Parts: sequence; structure tokens; C-alpha cells
Amino acid sequence: MDSTFQSGDKSTQSFTLNFGPQHPAAHGVLRLILEMDGEIVERADPHIGLLHRGTEKLIEYKTYLQAIPYFDRLDYVSPMSQEHAFALAVEKLLGLEIPIRAKYIRVLFCEITRILNHLLNITTMAIDVGAMTPLLWGFEEREVLMGFYERVSGARMHAAYFRPGGVQKDLPKGLMEDIAAFVERFPKVIDDIEGLLTDNRIFKQRTVNIGVVTSEQALDWGFSGPMLRASNVAWDLRRTQPYEVYDQMEFLIPVGKNGDCYDRYLVRMEEMRQSALIMKQCLEQMPEGPVKIDNYKVTTPPRMKMKTSMEALIHHFKLYSEGYHVPKGETYTVVEAPKGEFGVYLISDGSNRPYRCKIRAPSFAFLQALDLMAKGHMLADVPSIVGSLDIVFGEIDR
Amino acid sequence: MNSMTNLEDLGHLIVEEIGTDILSWSVAYGELMAIVEKSSIARILIYLRDSEALQFTQLMDICGVDYLGREPRFDVVYNLLSISHNERLRLKIEVEEGLPVPSVTSVYSSANWWEREVFDLYGIPFDDHPDLRRILTDYGFEGHPLRKDFPLTGYMEVRYDEAQKRVVYEPVKLPQAFRNFDFESPWEGMERTVQASIPPNTLQEIK
Repeated sequence: MDSTFQSGDKSTQSFTLNFGPQHPAAHGVLRLILEMDGEIVERADPHIGLLHRGTEKLIEYKTYLQAIPYFDRLDYVSPMSQEHAFALAVEKLLGLEIPIRAKYIRVLFCEITRILNHLLNITTMAIDVGAMTPLLWGFEEREVLMGFYERVSGARMHAAYFRPGGVQKDLPKGLMEDIAAFVERFPKVIDDIEGLLTDNRIFKQRTVNIGVVTSEQALDWGFSGPMLRASNVAWDLRRTQPYEVYDQMEFLIPVGKNGDCYDRYLVRMEEMRQSALIMKQCLEQMPEGPVKIDNYKVTTPPRMKMKTSMEALIHHFKLYSEGYHVPKGETYTVVEAPKGEFGVYLISDGSNRPYRCKIRAPSFAFLQALDLMAKGHMLADVPSIVGSLDIVFGEIDR
Repeated sequence: MNSMTNLEDLGHLIVEEIGTDILSWSVAYGELMAIVEKSSIARILIYLRDSEALQFTQLMDICGVDYLGREPRFDVVYNLLSISHNERLRLKIEVEEGLPVPSVTSVYSSANWWEREVFDLYGIPFDDHPDLRRILTDYGFEGHPLRKDFPLTGYMEVRYDEAQKRVVYEPVKLPQAFRNFDFESPWEGMERTVQASIPPNTLQEIK
């Protein structure tokens, strides 16, 4: 931009600032080209794709089951929510109805995932604006939650636990009691973190009225999830287009008023409390029964059966080599991931591999609107805005 | 979610309002999908966004699909969401290789990056796009990786060269040829057990 202007005897010229891709406040590999007029941002041009791994292309060459682990690696702070979208899409095309216990387990772990994600986002946003302690407190809880992940799937992050047809394994003994104990204790942790941030003068100075998005703008830019709700649009897919057993859960949907960074923080804080409530209800209502459908064309037969039944052994072998064939069709299936609407547009041509699997990542839309949010703000506000967007480059770059 | 009849009512309503620009529409898996005329996509989207009865105020996604061997070769898919009516709608246009698509950035701001992505990955150009650059691939990348005739292994690979002290680009060298296993077998697969439970794809041709 050549906005050279004269004021008195001083002349200033706009200049270009390269922010990232190796910058601690960039939340990953964000390269931001900022056109500055002194301290004021005139234009922000995010360069993305530094973490592009061609996930969608790779999925086209894998069977449906082999595609599941790629979803963990998209948004690597909320892995199970994304497996969920893919599993639901495949189940929709196959016409499967999963057992009720599997639905409860899925909802339980989706809410664990939401807390995992929000804890990371809120605390890293706090560290971006100068508060260190919330990070230490929040990550202690994340460690506990990742322990639940590990006990149920064997992996702390890349779980590959939700599979078409149910979940891979039943909950191990004692896990429900431990989760129940966590749910009892967790609101106190949120109170503590809130005590550090919500009325903190410095935190408020850095976030209130920064990066304001009106509800019209939020809709126009394709926002979803907490970003949309902070802009005063009451929209939550768990309520409006319920899947699994969310229609039987009682929870509130927090909505912000101003659409600034502070409101996004408040919305996420309240969502964590609501997630804890949903987890509690899941644990109370958790029915007994199978955790995956007993159609061995789609799910693995039990290990014991494979020792005695030839057919079970053949099913197991075919499932892990050829996989299953999904009937021709296409679907756009969405879930309310912690960041927003995570969609999978899956096209099947009747073979054992997806013909096309487009992944609709919520934070792709958020980052796109960074120019809108950062324009006219100071350089120091850019990290608060980027922090409040809740972006993860695994899913933006795919 | 919406019942099938509701979606069919919605489909009829849209056809009534937009007319011959809708080439065909169908309801499958509880989702409404319409194939529309390429040249009038922007006009249709403006109508769908502003109409009081529809209010598809959000464009959630644009994506390309490559049907290699089909004529026209590409599909561009628009996923719309109406928050006030809690409805979703999927629009498709068919695009021939090399021919441009009218950009809809003026209708929905969110279309900007998604159109760039479709351009980057499929090489479909968009007319009147304010900033049509590559978005996901490397600076100076050649080719369009999500096309079906683009090999999974790509053409170029990068490594750090100790002698030159920089990253160098070289043609991909595979010690072993890429093996694309074909597991298609006479095994009955899903057909016998699952096919029966799927609702028939109620495709309705209206033209």
C-alpha cells in the first residue's frame, strides 16, 4: 500500500511485517503478512498450507477403516470429534444404527474432547496476553483427560476409537468411576481459572472490544461453534440437529453479546461447565449392552470367537485387508466439534475406498476472517485475536 | 432432523421460485441436493440468501470433485445452511476442464478461500475472484494435486542439501514403485447385509 501521508513535517509510510511461521503466538505454522501503518494493522494476509499433508488425497487411497486415523491428525487437540463426523457419515451411507451404549460412550468422549480443546485454547490465549498460571493449571487437567483417552483407546491423542459401527472397545473397569470423580472436581478448576482471568484487569484490557464480529458478519463469513455464539447467534448443532443421544441431554447454550475476544473466552468457559454436566448425565444414564453392531462385515468379531470360528477369522482378515464396500451415494454429515461445525462431505462410488472425502474444517473459516477482525487494531492485538479464534493448523491445512 | 416430506416440499418450493436453472434435484439420506446451471449460480445464491422463506444465510463449504472420464469433468459443490429454518441445501454445478466458474465471493464473503482452495487443488478458475492465488500447496507448486490423474506420490520432493545449505527440489525417486493394491474380490462385501436397509435414492427429474 502506498498510503504515504504528510502530517506536519513528519511523513510515515506503511510497511509490511512478516509474522511467523515460527512464532510462539502464531498457534502453529501461521505465516501472517501484515501491512502496517505504524502500529496499526491495515491488512492481514494469512498464508496457510505450511502443514498441508494431502489428507483428502490420502484418504482416497485408503479403505474406510484406514481413513479413521487421519481424522485424529487434523485438529490434534480434539481428535475424537472428528472421527465422529467420519464415522457418522459412513454409518449414514451404510444405513447402520449403532447400539445405545455406543452412543452414550461417544457423547461422553465428545464432551471430554470439548473440555480438552477449550482448556488448551483458553489457556494458550491467556499466555498470549501474558497470563502464565492458567496454562499450568489447565494442562494438569488435560493430562487427566488424556489419561481417559489412553485407558479407553491405548493412545493419549490419536485415539482411532470411534469407528463406523460403534466404538472399538468397551470402557475398561473403573473408568466410569474415575470420570465421575473428575466431573465432580472439575467445576472447581474452572472457578480457579476464572478467578485468574474473568475479572483480571490486564486480561480484560487485552480482550474486551478487540476483534469484534457482528452477527451478520459472522454469518457471512461462515462462522460456527463458539465463534458464532459469541456473536450473539444461538446456534448449536447438538441442539438444532441432534445426533447420537444429545436430544436426551439437558444443557444450556451460552451466547455472547458483543462478539469480541472476551465474549469468545466467556462462551468457551461456560461450555466447559455444560460439558461437565453432559458427562455427568451420560454416566448416570449409561446403559449396559454391546458397544458395536454385531455385523462382522463392518466391525471386528470378538477375539474369543476368532479362536474357534473359521468364519470369524475370515471376517477379521477381510475387514483389515479389503475392508467393506459402501453403497453408492454421497452425504454431508456434520458434528458440533469443539471449534465449530466440522463436516465431512463423503462420496462413495460403491467400492471399498471413498471416492472423495472433503473435510470442512471450522477454523478455516475463522482464519479467513482475520483480516476483517484485525483491521484497524494494534499489532499487539493480533495475538489476542489469533488466540481467540481457536485455530489449529492440522485442520486448516489438512 | 427434517422429515423427507418437508425436504421435498422445500425442493418443490425452490424449483418453483428459480425455475429452469435447476436441472434436477433429489433427496437422499435426508439431504436435499440440486444440480443447477453454472452460469446462474451467483443469481441463485443471492435468491436463496435473501428470500424470506428460505434464508440460506450461510455458505458452509465449497468443494470440487473430479470425475475423470466424465464429460463435463468436474463438479463444484456448495453447501448452504439456513439457521433460521434449520435446513441444509447442497448445490452442484458441472464444469468442463479449463472453463471458468463465476465467483460467488460477492454473495458470501466466506467463498473467498474455498474458491481459492478449489482452484488450487483442482485447477478450476473462478471469474471475478478478487484474489485467486494458490492457498494450500507450496509456493511455486505446479499441478493440481486432488485431480484423479495426479499421482499420490507427486512429482517433486524436497530435502535439505548440506552442501548448498538450503532446501532443494528434486523429482520424486521411488526405490520401489508405488503399489496401489486392488482388493476387489468376489467376496460379497456389504451388499447382501446392508444394501437392503438403505432407503432408495429417490431421484426426481423435473425437466
